[in-house]
Amino acid sequence: MEDWKSNSRAFWTLATPATLWLLAFFLIPLAYLLALSFSSKALVNGEVSINDYDYFTGVANYIRAINPDIISIFLRTLWWSALATLACLLIGYPIAFSICFMPERWRPLALLLIVLPFWINLLIRTYALKTVMGARGVVNSALGLVGIGPVEMIGTTGAVIFGLVYVFLPFMILPLYSTIERLDKSYLEASLDLGASQFQTFWKVTLPLTMPGIITGVILVFIPCLGMFLISDELGGTTSWMIGNVIQAQFGASNDWPFGSALSFALMLLTIIVLVMQWYYQNRSKGAH
Amino acid sequence: MSGQLKPGQGPLEYGRRRWLQSLFAVTLMVLYLPIAVLVAFSFNEQNRGGVWKGFTFENYPKAWANQSIYDAMVNSLTIAVITTLFATVIGTMVAVMMWRFRFPLKPAYEAAMGLPIVIPEICMGVALLLFFNGTGLMGFFSNLVWPFNLATIIIAHIAFCFPFVAIVVRSRLVGFNKQLEEASRDLGANEWQTFWQVLVPYMKPGIISGALLAFTLSLDDFVITFFTSGPETVTFPVKIYSMVKTGVKYEVNAASTILIVITILATVLAMKLQAPEKSGH
Repeated sequence: MEDWKSNSRAFWTLATPATLWLLAFFLIPLAYLLALSFSSKALVNGEVSINDYDYFTGVANYIRAINPDIISIFLRTLWWSALATLACLLIGYPIAFSICFMPERWRPLALLLIVLPFWINLLIRTYALKTVMGARGVVNSALGLVGIGPVEMIGTTGAVIFGLVYVFLPFMILPLYSTIERLDKSYLEASLDLGASQFQTFWKVTLPLTMPGIITGVILVFIPCLGMFLISDELGGTTSWMIGNVIQAQFGASNDWPFGSALSFALMLLTIIVLVMQWYYQNRSKGAH
Repeated sequence: MSGQLKPGQGPLEYGRRRWLQSLFAVTLMVLYLPIAVLVAFSFNEQNRGGVWKGFTFENYPKAWANQSIYDAMVNSLTIAVITTLFATVIGTMVAVMMWRFRFPLKPAYEAAMGLPIVIPEICMGVALLLFFNGTGLMGFFSNLVWPFNLATIIIAHIAFCFPFVAIVVRSRLVGFNKQLEEASRDLGANEWQTFWQVLVPYMKPGIISGALLAFTLSLDDFVITFFTSGPETVTFPVKIYSMVKTGVKYEVNAASTILIVITILATVLAMKLQAPEKSGH
């Protein structure tokens, strides 16, 4: 690798567009979001203005966020995201495993079939799911044939969590697949030869060796779940708001941008904490080798 | 987990375990059932109500004739094409830069470049909404003629797409043999010629799959578009969102089916282009 000074003209030519774009249309907007979260709506002639702000007036928005309603929505978001991630792991691991042990010529097709829905528009998938789960949807029609139902699914917590799993399952399977595929199968053979049961082999050999894939998968599912508002909006009811819905409302109907900014920043901080934890874990496990 | 092994079944032949096969089959069914129903209902005669009335192609010309769906579709495709062009060029350049050079604060630079990928979309969406409003760019662009009134959306899409392109291209560059570059210089090519005639051809599969990734990401995006679009600049996902809110007609199913077909073609094409590279190693 060259030092940037050795050919600074090439360096700057290559670096400038991306750096400027990132700065102008990502980092500065984020800084503005942070600034607005410490601001409040301006008073013009004694009335609260709609779109003028007094900047850097204090932490009032964050203090407002520490109320039981908002905290319970934050906790609910964490809890549901955790449940959805766990479900993705429990379903995704055996699936990734079975793809890895398929005959080689079937593997690309199997993987493509699992991943293809991920490329289909999120909104189309959510809408499709909503139709299928509706009172007169296919699922209820099928249940009706055997004399059950109709079961009300839309608007329930279960529907939201199912929706999250439906949408993010491929994110879990892909990293798991690439880790399990690289796993040296002779370790498993050795463990079985030496008298360990299938269960012991899985628990003591396969699982620890595929931990990096599990962690990547967990991160890839958990983080997008945290910021999701579409699924809870479409498949849940008004009582199943996640933090994303509260943020969206501040920039829509409630029109309280400073408060919305504070909540967004809190959500971003939460995400970064999760990522730092992952980074810390990876470095620790690297050090152990 | 598993019981006795059947005769002829090895302990490592998990691919032949019944319960794993059934789980795989059931998951595929659950993944595809809603999409299959959506596609099937795009051929339904009755325009509402979720009941199958009979087969027809009519929803397709209807969707085509529905000006607002048509406009949304054209907007989405225009945004995706322009975004892909810019994001691919910018992303490829920065990938080469990060691959080639050592520079101060490189880890911090790389982390900042990865940030648009990892932070929740809604945060990026509202930050851009604030920024475009605060700077007056939103008002400025929304008064321009088409397609310039799509500028805020395109700017936002480029911002979240080019880091993905950079990652894909950079992972391709890892396998590059630097001696090729030296050979080219030794044989008298200047830096520019070396870049175009040695490095770019080598990066080509990476650039193409990066471009297709950017295209699908842009075409797919709802959250960031939702916050950065004006009332006049509706994209297809935003259009579906509002139509689902008001009760849907099967024209939407028809238009969705077309979008699904476009996406699947792009994905399969991307995989085809990448496949020979893998076996070549």
